[in-house]
Amino acid sequence: MGILIVRDFIKRVFFSIFSSKESISIGFYGPPNAGKTSLANKICKDWTGEELGKSSKIPHETRKVQFKEKVDIEYKGKKLTLKLIDTPGIATKIDYEDFLKFGMKKKDARTRAKEATQGIVEAIKWLDDVDAVIIVLDSTQNPYNQVNITIIGNLMARKIPVLVVGNKIDLLKSDIKKIEAAFPEYDVVGISAKFGKNMEEFYESLFKFVKKRR
Amino acid sequence: MRVKKLKGLVLQFVTFSELEHLETKGRIKKLLDLILDGKIIVLQGRLDPEEEARLIEDTMVLVGRIKGFKGVELAVIEPNNNNISVASKIRYGLAKALVRGSGSLTIIGPASIVKEIRRDPKKIELMFNK
Repeated sequence: MGILIVRDFIKRVFFSIFSSKESISIGFYGPPNAGKTSLANKICKDWTGEELGKSSKIPHETRKVQFKEKVDIEYKGKKLTLKLIDTPGIATKIDYEDFLKFGMKKKDARTRAKEATQGIVEAIKWLDDVDAVIIVLDSTQNPYNQVNITIIGNLMARKIPVLVVGNKIDLLKSDIKKIEAAFPEYDVVGISAKFGKNMEEFYESLFKFVKKRR
Repeated sequence: MRVKKLKGLVLQFVTFSELEHLETKGRIKKLLDLILDGKIIVLQGRLDPEEEARLIEDTMVLVGRIKGFKGVELAVIEPNNNNISVASKIRYGLAKALVRGSGSLTIIGPASIVKEIRRDPKKIELMFNK
């Protein structure tokens, strides 16, 4: 019953948002190193030929909100125009010493840490300016962490529609079922942004998520 | 005889009534003041999601300003509902946020002391930094 109410509500919200706007602002949110930029890059590359930002194995590579305007997506004869908003990963702690493990110099690590803290504040502020959110999670990690719960809670409180993406399904430790169990109220799609795995299903979900509700 | 100095940890219990009368800003300030004092907070109830986000924002501002401060480790523990979904936990949490008698507990500690908080149906493990 509760789930149906949530789904009906989301349908209504989507209908009102997407039937009246030409371009849909989609925010990519999630913890650091989940693959938000990789997914945003994959979408941009698929539809514009250009990437949106740089991704890295070192956490907090994205330290400023970055955009790509007017990304036209066409899938099975249907069209969507998106504004992609890639946000820095949200965390409750930043330690510059964590960056030293990746071979960074102390000065650079400190600068990166400082920029990362500013990026997190900026990402949270942007929650008020997105039409919908794709939450990108690392499917090899426990989805029940407090940052994920805080992000989802804020989206629920702001009535912002959500699509959950479990990234890194190419890795052995990947467990999409665990994400599905954690977020049964939302559509969950497993992908590998790095290798472009399961992107067909992702686009299908994206359109279903948007167009079916028109 | 050489006396070895013992190091201790302070678990500070914060009751509902201590935060009830405060606005969001005041609640967050009170919690962060305790954390900056090196205390691990056991909060009766939980903050609402917007307050949690505000706590993260204010924490990040302090990380950039206070030397040695690395942020916080945070976990909300709900009673007997470990198998329910995140959204249900949030709804449960919203309904019970900082409500007197709520079974929720929030653990917040300085990241320089608490490395990780692991939740298990019957126990909470606080992993400390060396």
